[in-house]
Amino acid sequence: MITATQHLESYLESFSEFEKLAAGHALPWLRKLRQDAFARFCEVGFPTTHDEDWRFTNVSAIAQTPFRLAPNARGQLSQKDLEPYRVVGVACQLVFVNGRFARELSLLGKLPDGVKVSNLAGEISSNPGAIEPHLGRYLDIRRDAFAALNTAFMEDGAYVHVRRGTLVDDPICLLFVSTGADAASMSHPRNLIVAEEDSQATFVEDYLSLDGGAVFSNTVTELVAGDHTVLSHYMIEREHKQAFNISTLRIQQRRGANVVSHSVLLGGALVRNNVHPMLAGEGGECLINGLFIGNGHQHLDNYMLVEHASPRCGSRQFYNGILDGHAHGVFHGRIIVHKDAQKTDAKQNNRNLLLSDDAQIDTKPQLEIYADDVKCTHGATIGQIEGDALFYLRSRGIDEVSARKLLLFAFASECLDRMKPGPVRKHVEGLIYHCLFQMASSAPGAATGNHGEDSARNWEEIG
Amino acid sequence: MSLLEIKNLHVKVDNHEILKGIDLKVNAGEVHSIMGPNGSGKSTLAQVLARRETYAVSAGEVSYNGKDLLAMKPEEAACEGIFMAFQYPVEIPGISNAYFLRSALNAIRKYRGLDEIDAMDFLPMFREKLKLLDMDEKLMNRSVNEGFSGGEKKRNEILQMAVLEPTLAILDETDSGLDIDALRIVAQGVDAMRNPERAIIVVTHYQRLLNYIVPDFVHVLVDGRIVRSGGPELALELEEKGYGSMEGEARHATPA
Repeated sequence: MITATQHLESYLESFSEFEKLAAGHALPWLRKLRQDAFARFCEVGFPTTHDEDWRFTNVSAIAQTPFRLAPNARGQLSQKDLEPYRVVGVACQLVFVNGRFARELSLLGKLPDGVKVSNLAGEISSNPGAIEPHLGRYLDIRRDAFAALNTAFMEDGAYVHVRRGTLVDDPICLLFVSTGADAASMSHPRNLIVAEEDSQATFVEDYLSLDGGAVFSNTVTELVAGDHTVLSHYMIEREHKQAFNISTLRIQQRRGANVVSHSVLLGGALVRNNVHPMLAGEGGECLINGLFIGNGHQHLDNYMLVEHASPRCGSRQFYNGILDGHAHGVFHGRIIVHKDAQKTDAKQNNRNLLLSDDAQIDTKPQLEIYADDVKCTHGATIGQIEGDALFYLRSRGIDEVSARKLLLFAFASECLDRMKPGPVRKHVEGLIYHCLFQMASSAPGAATGNHGEDSARNWEEIG
Repeated sequence: MSLLEIKNLHVKVDNHEILKGIDLKVNAGEVHSIMGPNGSGKSTLAQVLARRETYAVSAGEVSYNGKDLLAMKPEEAACEGIFMAFQYPVEIPGISNAYFLRSALNAIRKYRGLDEIDAMDFLPMFREKLKLLDMDEKLMNRSVNEGFSGGEKKRNEILQMAVLEPTLAILDETDSGLDIDALRIVAQGVDAMRNPERAIIVVTHYQRLLNYIVPDFVHVLVDGRIVRSGGPELALELEEKGYGSMEGEARHATPA
């Protein structure tokens, strides 16, 4: 498409400049990864709604904006600026500003022996041998132009290595801050997390943007879960309302690995959250839990691709959406069960609450099963705040705004309850509560106290 | 002045007149029973008093404690001391019973200018009420009515009533679907709350509940009108003769 690649030239300029100076530019394998990825991106350009995987999400706003690589803005921020975004009780918080590691803003707490937390650019320079076997080996750049674009521009992000048998109690936090620039700016953070056999850890990616302006974060995380690892990953997206955020979490699960992915999408103008676990070893388990809350003209797209490539693996997907105003949510839950993945047990459930007539949700299950002895189920519901429940609460003395708040929070709690109690859950709870509080207070009926209960408010089974 | 005074109340649902001129006075300390066949408008009357907004009042007045009840929102009516036990209690996943009830109690206390009650003070009082209704404490940490049996739901309604201590309680077919043991527990719970400051309106189809909660007055509602009022003996008469005899009176009462 011509429109989709209109600004290819600006990407070409950015790339040739970037490629010459980027960390590891002299490493042939890395050079090839970047070049191949850029070539792929040029070949396919940004996806359009004709592409089945992007049917409900129009990215022309990204395609038509001439983004430039975000300037190095580390010096503009101080520890004090980041105070409101710290998470209490975590092991460390690495800070990345416009995709670049900011050591002076990071909180590097005490980590147990056997864990290495650093930045990818540093690692590329000092220790390329450790990352070469993993970086770019799991992500398929042919699947997605954004993944290709990220790989072309990959340089910095987090690098975490957890040695065999290591238990990390406290969460490892990664904070990605975009700062506004005069021109539209983009960053392509790339994270690599390698957890060796029998280790346990929790990782948090937290995305936010300071100041206004068009910012585009296009991030990729490759998470390697070794045999019998127990890992949790949180994606928290709370960018401002003009931001674009495209993220891909690619999980490679080996034998008996147990991985939990939590996504919480609260901010952003256009957000696409790809979660792609590959259950590559026998007996792996994967829980994908998510909550997206949108209002205004936000567009929040969740694209799940769960690949069962080995026998006796289990996967669970639970996504809840709350949409108000003109917000548009998407849940695309694709499950692929490969030929040899017998005894697969895969479940998927997407529940949505629409708070206004103009809010919209597209939910689409997609099951591709090539094995013959499997259990796969999916379900989706779309509903509104139930008039009966609202009246019940009000008839006991609880005012309408508080009653709405309680009901919204109860709906969100289904997702919160799947998170292990601890500092991250507390952090997420606070963010969600704040978000729902604003939503309940600005509900159309809240001001007049006269809410229509006329239409049927029951859940509609559509799955 | 009566606690509740209903004058010529007309109510429509979907443009169809359900209540066609109700007059009723209820004084503090009294128990009134409203009996009637299905579709006579009993539940509509209960819901209007609890201020459900889907019911449009087309004529008439309702004063409660000297205030215009029809101008109140449901939460205001509740804070003013009105409580309706639902015929079909609503399930609310994700909100625990205990949290819900404490939020409700505190909303009411706040409205009346009282301090909020904290969890430490709430619990002993709450346990006592649970015992009154023979309810398992474990139910209290579960979501509101979720997965409760029919009997547990009805008991939960009366538990809420016991905690919120209303001035005017309206029981909307609280007896329907209850076995005799559950009925006895629920009825005794209600009966224990009778006192000179509190009025109770028992809406029911059958006389059975009234063996346990003996009303001071019985009103028979047929086709949107109260066709007869009397003492507790009227309930027994109905039990014997059925509503058929009264339906004739309803037709008779219809102006030509």
